[in-house]
Amino acid sequence: MKIGIPKEIHEGEKRVAATPEAAEQIIKLGFSMSIESGAGAGANISDEAYREVGVEIVNDVKALWKNSDIILKVRAPERHPELAVDEIEMLAEGASLISFIWPAQNADLMKRLADRKVTVLAMDSVPRISRAQKLDALSSMANIAGYRAIVEAAQHFGRFFTGQITAAGKIPPAKVLVIGAGVAGLAAIGVAKSMGAIVRAFDTRPAVKEQIESMDAEFLLLDFKEDGAGTGGYAKTMSKEFIEAEMALFARQAMEVDIIVTTALIPGKPAPELITKGMVESMKPGSVIVDLAAEQGGNCALTQKDKVVVEHGVTIIGYTNLPSRLANQSSQLYASNIRHLLVELCPKKDGILNVNMEDEVIRGATVVKEGKITWPPPAPTLTVAPKAQAAAPAEPAAVEKKVEKPGSKAIKQLLPLIIGGVVMFALGAVAPASFMSHFTVFVLACFIGYQVIWNVTASLHTPLMSVTNAISGIIVLGAVVQLSVPNDSVKILAGLALLAASINIVGGFLVTRRMLEMFKK
Amino acid sequence: MSQSLISMAYIAAAILFILSLSGLSNQETSRRGNYYGMIGMAIAILATVLNPSFTAYGILIIALVIGGVIGARAAFKVEMTQMPELVAVMHSLVGIAAVLVGYANFIDHSSPLAGSEKTIHEVEIYLGVLIGAVTFSGSVIAFGKLSGRIGGKPMLLPGRHWLNLCMLIGVIVLGYMFLHQTEGCCCCGGLGPLLIMTVIALIFGVHMVMAIGGADMPVVVSMLNSYSGWAAAATGFMLSNDLLIVTGALVGSSGAILSYIMCRAMNRNFISVIAGGFGGGATGGGTAAVIEGDVTPVNAVETAKLLLEAKSIVIVPGYGMAVAQAQHAVNEITKLLRGKGKTVRFGIHPVAGRMPGHMNVLLAEAKVPYDIVFEMDEINEDFPKVDVAIVIGANDIVNPSAMNDPTSPIAGMPVLEVWKSHITIAMKRSMASGYAGVGNPLFVMENTRMLFGDAKETLQAVLKELNANS
Repeated sequence: MKIGIPKEIHEGEKRVAATPEAAEQIIKLGFSMSIESGAGAGANISDEAYREVGVEIVNDVKALWKNSDIILKVRAPERHPELAVDEIEMLAEGASLISFIWPAQNADLMKRLADRKVTVLAMDSVPRISRAQKLDALSSMANIAGYRAIVEAAQHFGRFFTGQITAAGKIPPAKVLVIGAGVAGLAAIGVAKSMGAIVRAFDTRPAVKEQIESMDAEFLLLDFKEDGAGTGGYAKTMSKEFIEAEMALFARQAMEVDIIVTTALIPGKPAPELITKGMVESMKPGSVIVDLAAEQGGNCALTQKDKVVVEHGVTIIGYTNLPSRLANQSSQLYASNIRHLLVELCPKKDGILNVNMEDEVIRGATVVKEGKITWPPPAPTLTVAPKAQAAAPAEPAAVEKKVEKPGSKAIKQLLPLIIGGVVMFALGAVAPASFMSHFTVFVLACFIGYQVIWNVTASLHTPLMSVTNAISGIIVLGAVVQLSVPNDSVKILAGLALLAASINIVGGFLVTRRMLEMFKK
Repeated sequence: MSQSLISMAYIAAAILFILSLSGLSNQETSRRGNYYGMIGMAIAILATVLNPSFTAYGILIIALVIGGVIGARAAFKVEMTQMPELVAVMHSLVGIAAVLVGYANFIDHSSPLAGSEKTIHEVEIYLGVLIGAVTFSGSVIAFGKLSGRIGGKPMLLPGRHWLNLCMLIGVIVLGYMFLHQTEGCCCCGGLGPLLIMTVIALIFGVHMVMAIGGADMPVVVSMLNSYSGWAAAATGFMLSNDLLIVTGALVGSSGAILSYIMCRAMNRNFISVIAGGFGGGATGGGTAAVIEGDVTPVNAVETAKLLLEAKSIVIVPGYGMAVAQAQHAVNEITKLLRGKGKTVRFGIHPVAGRMPGHMNVLLAEAKVPYDIVFEMDEINEDFPKVDVAIVIGANDIVNPSAMNDPTSPIAGMPVLEVWKSHITIAMKRSMASGYAGVGNPLFVMENTRMLFGDAKETLQAVLKELNANS
């Protein structure tokens, strides 16, 4: 089948749906590919680079759309500014489209796509299950957005991120607050941290605390019990009391930190307002706010979509095209996500698209199938939910165990003592004195052994076994004593025992020596 | 040599043996410890031989020379990967020696004893032979399992616990007969029960080790180590020889502690290990979780690239490294990466391999500096800061379900938390499960890359690639 990649027409969009590296792999799946001339220009990829891997360069946009069975795009279809036609109308009947769609926000677009009798796979609707992580374009874009957010903040921030002590004086490190530790938030934490800033982060989901701390950032703890984890690993709306406590925390932090990056989004709802006008006013002049939720209305009251504004001395960045501002990187990741999706769609590597609605991942991504709207998909089986269920029954079991333990534990501890006592009493009652002196030696030797062996380092356990082996060859003494007995059968037995034990002694000591020689620095 | 001098020599030998074991507390003093052991042994043998009542120098020298040559040959020829087999063979030798000495002592009636002293003496003979026989046959089977001559899967006879119980009762009944038949009878009235008991003990040893799975081999080897010590101690009682008792007790408690450490490392109860059956898949506690998901395979070229990009690397070797003899390739890679200024460390699980400390010996053989080899507890906390963790032929010891799946048969076993590192490269021959028969979710995790193939060949390919890139 033929795959076509048109140039993105959305204003300011520099990404491209396939890079030459990805194209090369896709061609190996049996597809033929063509790309609109100049499609990669925004991401610094020349037509020549595509041609080298076997992609056809097409100048005529309309022909490209018309002749392609599959169209790969970044942005959802929209009206072409130069040709004055809608991209949807250029889409050949029965063709397939793979791009971001946002079906929830674009009902009208969905309807028009369905009318064209096409199949549409939305990169934003790929279910968030572990198997689909390699084609999760939202995560890869969020990662880039988080990175770029810090770069943008650094651009507008008048100071170093890192603290330094120089001959000219001390520079305090910048303090960064990241609100919402999703993929973007964690990426931002990582970048800010590596630039030397002091990073704090907040999230309504306590589960991400560990992730934040693993990035070496400080998790701001809210003294309030409520889990903000919704379905699919996203956050949900919190209770009123929680939000009040949260806002108080932000108000305190706003006065202290230099840079705030907000990434709080709740699926299908406008972004929650977390940074009020008053908080912005309380921030130090020169501070920067990067609002990654600007597309959905912004987490900051003063955010203006797609603009950088300065309010009360605070720079508020509301860019919504952060991934596009790192066009080459984001094209690479997006193309790689698309390639993985095509691998799923074309398991036989025969260049034919097989939209298998039985497959959970493909089912989730497919929003229009041959003219029928198939969105929303049935609820996916989530990776997080079953774990919680599995953990729940396990806990009562553990509690029960603890309840029954004390009694049996006491018995367990006492039993060996009692048995030991009885055995000792029985032995003492019948054994002659000569035996008792040997027994004393035996018991004391056991305790010496116990003390000595615990001190042996674990890495020398093998030499320990071979050396104890060698010295347990001491049994040779028994054989030696009996060699002098004037009885031939005894002599033969003792001789054989002597032979076995001497193999042991010599072999054991020598192999130990050989091993220990290796333990040299 | 007077009796007092002999006793003094024995005390010196006992002290030297204790010093020998305590020398193993760290690598620097360990070689000296081994020499103490040798000196102690020499003193003990010399003192015994110089006893005026000793006459049979001919047999002594012949047996010592033959035994010494065989032992030395074995010690110099054995491959380090075969250490567990060698140790098992040596245990069997101690066992057989104990049996032989026991029989010799039983036949020999030169020392007249009577009453309860005689009874005690006979109990000692009986016990010495019993422990010796179990040690002997158990070690032979362990050797067979370790060297692959006998399959690693546990052999489970129906009603095996009852079988063991019957054997135990049989041994006790025979013991009673043994004690009472000899009384009043002139020479070998008790020989019959003793022989039957020996046969039962041999069968018991075979049966016990056959029922234990390959993954529990470290416990078995250390347990047999312990038995060989007790056998020596029992012989000491039999001969009224304190040096034998002391040495036997030292070795016995050493083996017992090692068994305990191994059991703890697997979160298993000692009794349940000895009762056997683990590692057969079907009998392991809960059902193994079925692992679903895609593995992300990589090749040697990509692995080399990942290694070159990493700053901190941890290598986790398992039995697979020993089987493939890959330790030298591992060392070459380690040297090269360290030369590039990367932090390379090793994480060793206590039960990695087939005997305690097996991996340490292999790495030492390949000349990996021991100060970058860490134990599980020392390195587990560092994994979140590790860029690349390489798992070489290990499975159960890096299985996350031990920690987060309470139904898993290995639940609660301490494991190396490699999945917390940024990227885990797992080297395996295939997707087969480990000895415990448990699926491993590590292999399908998002940050895990699978490198399939023979560990040695693949590592050599990686090494070549690393060299090409430097």
